[in-house]
Amino acid sequence: MTQMTARLGFFVLLMPLLLWLALLIIIPHIDMFLLSLRERVGVGEYETSFANYLILFTEPLYIWTFVRTAVMSVLATAITLIIAFPVSIYIAKIAQGRLQQILFMLCLIPFYVSELVRTFGWMILLRETGIVSNFVQWVGIVDRPVEFLYNDAAIMVGLVYTSMLFMVVPLVTTLESLDNSVIEAGYDLGGSTLSVMREIIIPHAAPGIMSGCIVVFMLSLGNYLTPIMLGGKDSLWFTEMIYNQFIVRFNWELGAAFGFMLLVLSSAIVWAMLRLTGQTLAKTME
Amino acid sequence: MKSGFKFLKHTFSVFAIGAVAVQGANAETLRLLTWGGYAPDDVVEMFKAETGHTVEVTKSNNEEMIAKLRATRGGGFDLAQPSQDRILGPQLEFGIYKPIDISRIDQGQFIQSMLSATMANTTVEGRVYGVPHVWGTSGLVMDTAAAGDIVKDYTDLCDPAVAGKVSYRLKRPTLIGFAFAMGMDPFAAYSDEAAYKDIMDKVESKLIDCKPNVKTYWGGGDELMGLVRSGEVVASMAWDTGGWKLNADNPNITFVAPTSGALGWIDTFVLPAKGRADDAAYDWINFVMRPEIAAKITAAAGNFTASSGADAFAEESLKARYQASFPAVAIDNIKWYPPVPGGLEAIEGAVLDRVKAAQ
Repeated sequence: MTQMTARLGFFVLLMPLLLWLALLIIIPHIDMFLLSLRERVGVGEYETSFANYLILFTEPLYIWTFVRTAVMSVLATAITLIIAFPVSIYIAKIAQGRLQQILFMLCLIPFYVSELVRTFGWMILLRETGIVSNFVQWVGIVDRPVEFLYNDAAIMVGLVYTSMLFMVVPLVTTLESLDNSVIEAGYDLGGSTLSVMREIIIPHAAPGIMSGCIVVFMLSLGNYLTPIMLGGKDSLWFTEMIYNQFIVRFNWELGAAFGFMLLVLSSAIVWAMLRLTGQTLAKTME
Repeated sequence: MKSGFKFLKHTFSVFAIGAVAVQGANAETLRLLTWGGYAPDDVVEMFKAETGHTVEVTKSNNEEMIAKLRATRGGGFDLAQPSQDRILGPQLEFGIYKPIDISRIDQGQFIQSMLSATMANTTVEGRVYGVPHVWGTSGLVMDTAAAGDIVKDYTDLCDPAVAGKVSYRLKRPTLIGFAFAMGMDPFAAYSDEAAYKDIMDKVESKLIDCKPNVKTYWGGGDELMGLVRSGEVVASMAWDTGGWKLNADNPNITFVAPTSGALGWIDTFVLPAKGRADDAAYDWINFVMRPEIAAKITAAAGNFTASSGADAFAEESLKARYQASFPAVAIDNIKWYPPVPGGLEAIEGAVLDRVKAAQ
């Protein structure tokens, strides 16, 4: 009897997860896959074919857009890591007690406002008549308004800013689990800061680095608002193409094919990243 | 246990009766899918006071309206307001609307020429799907002091004298406007996909050449307002109302009809295929087309309506701006959008993607 209840309890607790997976992830994806296999042959007439996937390869523009999006996302991930790593070491190892909590909170505070508002904030700062432009004129570096918005660098700034927290949290967690005495032992045995970093801290933090990188990469790749608002006329991002196909062009079939390709290609990139660094997904989840 | 159920049952029936009594005999909820400004709060309240129907307003644009109705196969809303050129194609393709019973509409309230033109453009298989509501044009909004001498037509936005200070949308009105300004007639080529593709190819190379001149492609009306108001952009393709709104703040900025002709649009009333409150929908149409109500909508949206006689109630300042932007010749030169046949969007979409990706 108790075994029965235990098993029942197990299924009841599992139910929300199963429902979540089935209703919100698996079924929509199957539906989208079927949609992507339909080809419009006439007014309101459709046939099953791979035509939508072929478009992706016959029109180089779409592949290039994906490559551009992926490269920019990898770059954004790398920059985020480079900025977040020292910050995380400071929070996890050097800052103590209250200061530690305050610093952690400071990383969190920007996320109290919506992404739209944060991006608007960057637009106010960077636009031609904006604060940064006025400041450099006032200092006297330039004598006319400068446009900082609507280029790839502006997109990069926005992406890194948006993803910072998702890199800092896993890094701080893994670094906190590293015993300080191990670092001290490294120094005692004659290691320099560089070799302690290379031989002890980075290997220990590797799972945290990896999980942070995966999250940041996926967030950047799937970002929609930041590239569009900060990127202006050259912003073309893969998610924007999916939105355009669905909403502006009424071409759900091609949009679904794009969506599926994004899923497949981004999974492939994450897999490649794991292989390259010798990590497994299970290890990064610890 | 049993008595508990009985108790519940009773309370529910009491609630149900109460609800019906409060709502009145035939009051319905009208779920309206429309544009910003087309259903101002005061009009919604007046409508409720007079008919008892409540109105739930969802603000959207042409593409999203069609995408939303397509997702539910015409459900979720009882009345929608796409432009008249966007009814025939989606109806043939997706079947998301239902025919309008013209006898239930007070036709005397409409400007007759606009009513018959819209009805003709939205007739599918012998049945009428749309009646006109609000109309306006798109053309050029500019700072006349900075760009008035240079920019007379869409293609002048590519003039080196205004380099880095112009903007337009990357959407189909831009393609159509540039085609007209380049001396071609895209509307005449609507029925011939090959000819239309030919025109679009020429527009594409023009837009790619023009790209260095553009500051950014604007996405929403507010974004454009910000760009023009701050002086970062001196000339842009935009709607007439956008120019008139800015004119109120800065007399130099206004809407100018381009020499090749402003593009005229008419937003309509259509009934979604699975709409559930047709009575309320017809009541709403007849209500908002009354001249004094139509004038309120003109004040809120900035555009004139197809209501006959509403001009008499319109604000003087708006009338003055309208007359300054549209001398009689410019009105005759307005190019009204004919219905878009299905399939053209794919051609335009590929062109727009290539322009956006061009470096």
